[in-house]
Amino acid sequence: MRKRLHNIAAGLTPLAGSLAGRHCLAVPGNVRAGETTGQGMEKRLSIVIVEPDKERALPIVDGLREVGDHDIRIISEETGLARQIAEYRPDVVLIDLANPSRDILEELALASGPTERPVAMFVDRSDEQLTRAAIEAGVSAYVVDGLRPDRIKPILDAAIARFHMFQRMRSELAATRAALEERKIIDRAKAVLMKARGIDEEAAYALLRKTAMDQGKRVADIAQQLVMAAGLLTWR
Amino acid sequence: MALTRMRLGYVPLIDAAPLVIAREMGFAAEEGLEFDLLRLTAWAQSRDMLGAGVIDAAHMLVPMPIGQALGLGPRLPEFDLLMFLSHGGEAIAVSNEIAARLRAEGHEFDFSDARAAGEALGKVVPDRLRVGVPFAFSTHLELVGHWLETCGFASERLDLVTVPPPQMADAMAAGELDAFCVGEPWASFAVERGIATLILPGTAIWAAPPEKGLVLRRDMAEARPDETGALMRALWRAGRWLDEPGHRSTAAEILSRGEYLDLPSELAERGLSGKMMVTPSGDLREAPDFIAFNAGGASFPWKSLAALIAAKIASRRGLPLGPAMERAMGHFRTDLYRQHLRPAGAPLPGASMRLEGSLAQDRTVPAEKGQMVLRADAFFDGFTFEPPEAT
Repeated sequence: MRKRLHNIAAGLTPLAGSLAGRHCLAVPGNVRAGETTGQGMEKRLSIVIVEPDKERALPIVDGLREVGDHDIRIISEETGLARQIAEYRPDVVLIDLANPSRDILEELALASGPTERPVAMFVDRSDEQLTRAAIEAGVSAYVVDGLRPDRIKPILDAAIARFHMFQRMRSELAATRAALEERKIIDRAKAVLMKARGIDEEAAYALLRKTAMDQGKRVADIAQQLVMAAGLLTWR
Repeated sequence: MALTRMRLGYVPLIDAAPLVIAREMGFAAEEGLEFDLLRLTAWAQSRDMLGAGVIDAAHMLVPMPIGQALGLGPRLPEFDLLMFLSHGGEAIAVSNEIAARLRAEGHEFDFSDARAAGEALGKVVPDRLRVGVPFAFSTHLELVGHWLETCGFASERLDLVTVPPPQMADAMAAGELDAFCVGEPWASFAVERGIATLILPGTAIWAAPPEKGLVLRRDMAEARPDETGALMRALWRAGRWLDEPGHRSTAAEILSRGEYLDLPSELAERGLSGKMMVTPSGDLREAPDFIAFNAGGASFPWKSLAALIAAKIASRRGLPLGPAMERAMGHFRTDLYRQHLRPAGAPLPGASMRLEGSLAQDRTVPAEKGQMVLRADAFFDGFTFEPPEAT
């Protein structure tokens, strides 16, 4: 039996296909005692995180450490990804849903001999929520065939939590940037009004606000229009 | 009137133009839709997001829903391809080293003769050839495989490896690829950086290679017929606009904006206009019909094309051909195409299957109403494909 890597965050199911094949990812395929009985000492899982940004990878590692004693590696250099994964022979690969290198992993997961068919699902339909949660958080996971769902779930949950954190940080950053940008535009619009109508800053802002309210628009939008129009009028 | 929002996923390529143009030129709004266009970076991401319902529809490689239909992807809800969004638009490039060897052999780089290019490549590459393609299920992979095997490359000598389009140039620069086949503007991007020389457009191998399709989840397409129809009509009209003379430069400008391709528009314009710079030193070649969106019935999702691609995938993976073709044909929804595009006045062919590869030139044929022109679809080697009888 050969181990197969399945893409689970992609829809519950395993992207089937053997790891062996053209890329020679021959992962030894003995079923582990812990896997079949669910009893006693379970073998540590080997988990690979593909993430070019170390700053992002480390919190994921921390999150995973909290849920179990696993052997975790980070691949941040993505050239030769297939070869690196072949060396590590991981049980689980975690990768950003939007990482372009995913398409390379797809090929790995699919590589198989001419007569091999995709096999067995790893998670059943009841895990659809987990899958959706992963996709929404922006994480995808490739999991070797035969790994029990109860071993995988805590790992995915931890990864999902960390990815949500990244998303929050990203949207906060974007919101801060947008706010700064708007502040600048509003200041410029105020300056235009002050000069054109000989009013003070407070009056200029009040005028912007009133116009915005009358038109049912945001102050920043009105300011943007005003700055643009002023630019056109003074264009030489 | 309130517009209905639709979330559409696309991968930044010139053939995403119908989505962008439908939004920017108002074809979507005319149908009561507002597009949220999500720029995606991996085909697997597009597939997963569509499967999870995070996007409503996707700009997708035509063979992808077939791979899904054949059970070769993760188990997701059923996907259907409703229409083609483009034919062609891809180019084949070789590394500078191989280009130099070809030149030494007297190859002319005419950017049109597939047999000459394939045989020349066979001469200068004695052993294995590593060719980058964007995805395991892609028209690019089928084009390269058909072309090189016909020109005498045994499949054992071909390594077709997945490389994401924006990384093709880097992979070639790093010496990991001898050649690649990729959608524009990513081939021109590599030429621009002095890394690659273009030897053929995809259309030199197969005059009308179906490249991208509009893919929806079957449950969504069937549960929301009004929005599905509106979406198809908006994209169909955008495609028609794109194929009208004089619109391609404008399209290149719009498509190249920061929010879409985020590249110089001159780069996108090469593929859209078919005026390709094939060498880093600036040699130009014209490739008429390099990409088509709508003309000549380009958007009609022939079930025979589903069968052809399924047969190619199945034979490569050792699956029984008959059931594979049958299954794939069920996912090309000519019925929905007819139902939703008839009101827009789209010409509709009398049948939904045909002998593929049989048209050396554009041909006028009887349509559901009157006549329509079908684009030439011949393969360079005269290959034709007879689909199985409909059951």
